[in-house]
Amino acid sequence: MTVRVRVIPCLDVRDGRVVKGVNFVDLIDAGDPVEQARAYDLAGADELCFLDISASHEGRGTLIDVVRRTAEVCFMPLTVGGGVRSAADARALLLAGADKVAVNSAAVSRPEVVAEIAERFGSQCVVASVDARRVSGGIGGQLVDKAGDNPDQNPGESRWEIFTHGGRQATGIDAVEHALRLAEMGAGELLVTSMDGDGTKQGYDLELTRTIADAVGIPVIASGGVGNLGHLVAGVTEGHASAVLAASIFHFGQHTIAEAHEALRLAGLPARS
Amino acid sequence: MPGHVALIDYGAGNLQSVANALKAAGSHAVKVTSDPKVVLAAERVVLPGVGAFASCAKALRAIPDMVAAMERRVLDQGAPFLGICVGMQLMATRGVEHGVHKGLDWIGGEVLPIEVTDPKIKVPHMGWNDVAPMKHPDGAELIERGEAYFLHSYHFATDEGRDIAAITDHGGAITAAVARDNILGVQFHPEKSQRYGIELLERWLEWKP
Repeated sequence: MTVRVRVIPCLDVRDGRVVKGVNFVDLIDAGDPVEQARAYDLAGADELCFLDISASHEGRGTLIDVVRRTAEVCFMPLTVGGGVRSAADARALLLAGADKVAVNSAAVSRPEVVAEIAERFGSQCVVASVDARRVSGGIGGQLVDKAGDNPDQNPGESRWEIFTHGGRQATGIDAVEHALRLAEMGAGELLVTSMDGDGTKQGYDLELTRTIADAVGIPVIASGGVGNLGHLVAGVTEGHASAVLAASIFHFGQHTIAEAHEALRLAGLPARS
Repeated sequence: MPGHVALIDYGAGNLQSVANALKAAGSHAVKVTSDPKVVLAAERVVLPGVGAFASCAKALRAIPDMVAAMERRVLDQGAPFLGICVGMQLMATRGVEHGVHKGLDWIGGEVLPIEVTDPKIKVPHMGWNDVAPMKHPDGAELIERGEAYFLHSYHFATDEGRDIAAITDHGGAITAAVARDNILGVQFHPEKSQRYGIELLERWLEWKP
């Protein structure tokens, strides 16, 4: 076989606590990210992602402690993102035990931050985020009022623009060009999130994922909108992603990691047994 | 009373993760160290490493007497050694990442970029992949068939096939482990490979080559 499709649960963490909790019955403290990380480690998740959404400086400080405690008990790769603005921010997380850092809005205003982190700590630890929404009529145009994917509709006219602030703020930056730039800067992989799909359970934006995955030589993680196991499979078969990220379908006990792996295998894809 | 495991701190890598995993595998005396004397007194030696070959090689050599201490303790006196990822690659004769750089030359060979012709094969090689053991006199008792976590863009092409203890597949066969006498090197990350990795560390901690 070849390298396996990675199934990555993502936990939103605010002020050191999980925002949308995992519904595993045997957790002592379901709001503790470390407990949840441990549960996913035992469940055989291929990697884990913490996304820090703390608004305050104090809240961010607690994240370092969460990462340290997670690394003591979890023996799986851990990506930590949210608020990483500099090589110093990355260093603090890596020293605490993160294996990779995800850089999002800082790399929109200044893509060079990806190069700075990659040069100091290696490309393998830099995950660059591409948070995009579908727009019509070129960059700066109207948002398309439709999530999900329909590659047969308007072929050749698809455009995506980078958005910040949780998908509310347009930047005028073409998402595919931004993705190429981040790869050139030395990102080890790209986390491609459809801000249209996020939270909708309608599935990844497969056309966005595929357009970027086919354009770069580094792995792409599909993100945003997973509602069922079929969406994970499509992320790879139609989106050409190397890894699939999801939150609520795992957190709320709708599906296990093992079921996700099985669905991938049944589709003829390499997944852990 | 077993001695300590010296985990070499040369500013390159996820030391704490490796220390945590060694503890989980049953080692009660892991010393994270940049002191050659601690290496000379160690029962076992671990060289971790992430990042680029050149910067890792430079950082290791920047510690006075460290390479000499490693060579005395591992090559001359036979202490069991484990190199992880770039820590394994550093055993090569040379690496070609960002120019040509000398390695430790403990196991002849070069560290070369993973070259792929199929655009579907992505580099870095990132994720869980097979560890397929080869017939190898030293590696046989350590390396079991299974799945482990890989994260690298360069690979160790050894001069001699007999030094390869396990392979994986990423657009072609790639060295997953090398072994010779008291030396083991793994391209994958046992500290990130859940049960498979912890069990490998358990066997290595018991290993009496």
